[in-house]
Amino acid sequence: MLNYIIRRILYTIPIAIGVSLVVFALVHLAPGDPLSAVVGEVDQKMLAEMRASFGYDKPLPVQYLIWLGSALTGDMGYSLRTGVPVFKTLIDAATNTITIGVAAALLGFIVGVTAGMLAGYNHGAWLDKAVSSATITGVSIPPYWLAILVVIVFSVQLGWLPSMGAGTPTSTWSWDAWKHMILPVIALAAIPCAIVARTARACVMEILSQEFVEALRARGLSERRILLHVSRNALPTVLAVMGLQFAHLLGGSILVETVFSWPGTGYLLNLAIFDRDIPVLQGTILLLALFFVSINLVIDILQTWADPRISRG
Amino acid sequence: MKPAASDKIALAFGFDTGQPTAVEIPVGGIAQRTYWQNVWRRVMRDPFTVACGLILILIAAAALFAPWLGLPDPTLTNSTNRLLPVGSPGHPLGTDELGRDMLSRLIHGGRLSLMMGIVPVLVALLIGGSLGLVAGFVGGRINMLIMRVTDVFYAFPSILLAVAIAGSLGAGIRNALLAITIVFIPPLTRVTESVTTQMRAMDFVEAARASGAGTFTIIRIHVLGNVLGPIFVYATVLISVSIVISAGLSFIGLGASPPSAEWGLMLNTLRESIFLAPLVSVLPGFMIFIASMCFNLISDGLRSAMDVRL
Repeated sequence: MLNYIIRRILYTIPIAIGVSLVVFALVHLAPGDPLSAVVGEVDQKMLAEMRASFGYDKPLPVQYLIWLGSALTGDMGYSLRTGVPVFKTLIDAATNTITIGVAAALLGFIVGVTAGMLAGYNHGAWLDKAVSSATITGVSIPPYWLAILVVIVFSVQLGWLPSMGAGTPTSTWSWDAWKHMILPVIALAAIPCAIVARTARACVMEILSQEFVEALRARGLSERRILLHVSRNALPTVLAVMGLQFAHLLGGSILVETVFSWPGTGYLLNLAIFDRDIPVLQGTILLLALFFVSINLVIDILQTWADPRISRG
Repeated sequence: MKPAASDKIALAFGFDTGQPTAVEIPVGGIAQRTYWQNVWRRVMRDPFTVACGLILILIAAAALFAPWLGLPDPTLTNSTNRLLPVGSPGHPLGTDELGRDMLSRLIHGGRLSLMMGIVPVLVALLIGGSLGLVAGFVGGRINMLIMRVTDVFYAFPSILLAVAIAGSLGAGIRNALLAITIVFIPPLTRVTESVTTQMRAMDFVEAARASGAGTFTIIRIHVLGNVLGPIFVYATVLISVSIVISAGLSFIGLGASPPSAEWGLMLNTLRESIFLAPLVSVLPGFMIFIASMCFNLISDGLRSAMDVRL
């Protein structure tokens, strides 16, 4: 098992390098110079000087190595727009995204696992049908549309909750900050909740049809104890799906963050795209993608722990 | 290395050996049906799948023939008739923030929105499917190369990758199409590769090879025949995702541009009108939702119709 984990960790290195190459290449695929879009029509001499100071005059492979080298030490350059270090901007944005991401994941997973397991256990009952319809709705609903719907209901019609922003920055854990989080969290939680419920339902149904469950019943175990055995067997699969959904939630929050003007990585990315702020763009995509890679690594290790058969395969 | 979701999809399917699978004996004679005829019959018996298919056909047909339906011009603005509510005379679904007829725009919007949902998946299916077939069937170093590159692209969350590509290339329908296509190539490559690899180890492929069948024949009859089912089911799910993502790109300003009618873009421009006309401003999102859900349900229907572990 340790062997498998080490191999898995080592395998992450080439993937991470590949990811950084893709991020670098993507941004440089764009037509035009990263600077000319920002500074506009200026004196050619000044542009050349700025280019040299940002290092854009060097050949691309050299630029890549310099960028990667300094990114590894936490130096991602300065925003072309604001002049603030990209790293600092990113940390602030990532904190905001992780806050609503974790809250949405908790909400979605608790509701999803409970609903999915109950549905799978009561296969065919009205509860199962209700959960199945809800999950189909959940996986199909565009998160940005759901965001607009909850704003219309809870902000416009009922006037209970704010529809934009994260509240005043001084009030981190105040009720005001919580109120700003509720709607984005609901919009973000829908998809993971539905997918986890779907997985849990299918998993429980599959396990209940196995022979060992019958053996447990024959030995006279209570239904509650049987459900415990079933949960233990469903754990690896459900865990894997949860991890993947959490990662997708953080990477995909751009659309929901845009609706709520939530100051997270998605919103930052959106601003950087339209400002053509290359250092911020590169930094944000790299951070989110590397985060995704590490979550996948953690899931795989957790899965090996939950189901030791995997490492032998 | 990693147990892909595709493994589970693949296991859920029966195998097509290129021969008629089921023999039914109706009154008056023996009729043999092929595997695909059986699948078709099962799909047609599932009311949900049929209903979804009909809804999609209706939306697609209306979109396709929109210019000949006698609808008002979808780009014709009218500043005196802005944000009319649903049910207004002459405008059954109201008007948008520039006084354009919503019904006409929603129907015309289906052209771009459905096209941007379906085309990338079809192109990705062609490219990813071929890559996966080659990787799975040839194996060895070619497999290593293809699958490792796939792993790198797979390491991005799909929406992030789509936004990153479209954002780097600049706004526009062509770039959005390209971005979504690139996003869907890796998952389709993976599924095809995993099913192909499984197939290659099957006894009937071994038997075909032993009896002198060429590589092409084996791929065409034995591998392709069995790979197509799972891939179609998977592609249908991806279309539902693709519709949501492509409309999402337009929603944040990276896809279609005004004044064209596209559901995501319409949803975006109507966002400021949620106070004045909440019902009208959510209609484009409803269309995205319905189209996405229909593809999801059809995929579910296909999945259970092909689950033929006899």
